[in-house]
Amino acid sequence: MGNKKSKNWHWSQDVHALFKKLGIEQVAYVPDGGLAKLINRCQADASIRSVVLTTEEEGVAQMAGAWLGGQKGVLLTQSGGVGNCINMLSMMQECRIPLLALVSMRGEWGECFPWQVPMGQSTIPALEAAKVIVHHVDQAEKVPETVHAAARLAFDSYRAVAVVISQRISGSGSRG
Amino acid sequence: MATKKKKKTDWSKEVFKVLKKADIRQIAYVPDAGHTSLIKMAVADNAIKPVSLTSEQEGIAVLSGAWLGGEAGALLMQSSGVGNVINMLGMANECRFPLLMLVTMRGEWGEFNPWQVPMGQATETVLDAAGVIIHRADDPAEIAETVEAAAKIAFDSGRMVAVLIGQRVVGFKDWTK
Amino acid sequence: MASRRKITLDRRKVVEKILKDRGDILLVTGLGAPTWDAAAVGDHPNNFYLWGGMGGAVLTGLGLALAQPKRRVLVITGDGEMLMGVGGLATVAVQKPSNLAICIMDNQRYGETGMQETHTEHGVDLAAMAAGAGFQKYSTVYNNRELAEAIPVLYSEQGPVFVDVKVTDAPQPMTLPPRDGPMLKHRFRENLLGHV
Repeated sequence: MGNKKSKNWHWSQDVHALFKKLGIEQVAYVPDGGLAKLINRCQADASIRSVVLTTEEEGVAQMAGAWLGGQKGVLLTQSGGVGNCINMLSMMQECRIPLLALVSMRGEWGECFPWQVPMGQSTIPALEAAKVIVHHVDQAEKVPETVHAAARLAFDSYRAVAVVISQRISGSGSRG
Repeated sequence: MATKKKKKTDWSKEVFKVLKKADIRQIAYVPDAGHTSLIKMAVADNAIKPVSLTSEQEGIAVLSGAWLGGEAGALLMQSSGVGNVINMLGMANECRFPLLMLVTMRGEWGEFNPWQVPMGQATETVLDAAGVIIHRADDPAEIAETVEAAAKIAFDSGRMVAVLIGQRVVGFKDWTK
Repeated sequence: MASRRKITLDRRKVVEKILKDRGDILLVTGLGAPTWDAAAVGDHPNNFYLWGGMGGAVLTGLGLALAQPKRRVLVITGDGEMLMGVGGLATVAVQKPSNLAICIMDNQRYGETGMQETHTEHGVDLAAMAAGAGFQKYSTVYNNRELAEAIPVLYSEQGPVFVDVKVTDAPQPMTLPPRDGPMLKHRFRENLLGHV
C-alpha cells in the first residue's frame, strides 16, 4: 500500500484544492453520500458556483453550456445518476465538448441495497458505450492524482472522462 | 434479392395484432415518427390506455406499476430515448418486472443528423449492459413475429426485452417534406 | 387557469420579432423547430443550435449564463423539449441567474415525429410550472400585443424569466443551420472568447 496520509485526511481536500488549481468554476450535482465532503467544500467555496440539479442529465447539459461560455465545470454524481445521462452524453460526444465527471459507485462493493446493484454493474459499460473514458480508482490515496489526470485528458484533449470512485473507498451503502 | 417496398403501415398493423393477443393494456410512449401508426391505433383502441410521457424513463416506471396492478404494457420509443432509461431499468431488473420495449433505431442507416449517431451506435451496448435481452428486426416482414417472441419472453419468462426496429425499415427521413 | 384562447401567432414571425434587435444576446435553441426558426432569421456565431440532447436546452443555457454573467443568454425551445427537461426549471430557479431568459415556442405538438399532441395541448401550463418553480417573471403570450410586452422582459428584466408563446402548428419551410457540432462549438467560443 502507498503512503498513508494522516488519520484525518480525506481525498476531498486534495481534490477541492486541485479544482482551484485547475480553475474549475462550476460544479453540478445531485447530492450523494460518497461525494458529500467534496460537495460541501465546493458549496463553501465562493469561487465555485455549485448547482444542485433535479436530475443528472441536467448537469451534462450545464457542463456543455459552461464550456461554450469559457468555464470549466465538473459533474459529481452517484453511479445511479449515470443511467440518467446516457442520451445527453451524445451531445458531448458529437460536439467534442470536454466533460469531467466524478462518479461515486454503489452496487459494487459490499452493497446492502439490492436495488443499487443493477445500475452499479452497468455503470462502466454504459459510460464506455457513450464513449466516456473511464478511470476506475479503488484506493483513496490515488483519487487526487487520478482526478488530475482525468482533468488533463478532458480539458486539454477535449474528451469526456469519468473518474469512477469505488464503493470500497466511500463505504456508502455497505452499512446496515 | 427483390427490392422491398416500405411497408410501414402494414407492419404496424401486424404488430398491433400481436400486442392485442398478448393482452397489452397500456402503451407508453414519447412520440417517434416510426411509431406514428402504432400510437394512433393504441389511442383509438378503447381497451388500451395510451400514456404520453415527457421522458422515456417515466415509461419504465409506468409499466412496472401496470404490472403491479395486473396489466401488461409496452413502451414505444426512439433509440435516443434508450439513453434516458438506463437508471430506471435498474428497478425493472431488480424486481424482475416484465418489460417489453419497441425501439425505432436512428443513427445507423443513412442517418443525416450527426447528433443521432452516438446514441444510435450505443443503444445495443447500453441495453445489454443494463441486462435487457435484445432482438433486432431489420426486415418489415419479421417485425411482428419478433415482437410476438419478445412478448413471450417478457411476460411468460419475466424478463426485460427490447425489439430494435432497424432504421432500414422506417427509411430515411425526408427533409423536403 | 384561463380558459383556452385562440392560437394565431406564426412562429417564424414571432422569432423574427424576438431576434430583430438581438444585439449581443447569446442564443441556445432546442432541437427541432426552434432551431429551424432561428436559422430562418439567419445563422449567427452567437447561436448554439441543439440537434439532439432533448431536454438539455435550458440547462445548457444555465451553464452558459453562469459562465458569462455579464451577457444576456436566451434559450428558445419547444414545449416537448421543455417538458423532457422540466425539472430544469427548478434547477434554474434556485440558481437565480439574472441574465437568463427562457422562451418557449409552444405549438402544443411534437414537431419532428409526426405532430403528435404534447401535454400542453391537454392543459399543462408551462408558465405556471415556471412560477411554481420560483420564477418571478413568467407569462403566456397569445397575441402580438402580449408579445410586444414580453420581448423587453426577455432582453432586460432581471432573470430568470420565462415566456411561453403559443404558436400555430402551421407547416413552415425547412431552414437548416449548420449541424456540425464541433464547428458550432468552436465558432461560438471563438466569437465569444477569442479562442476555441
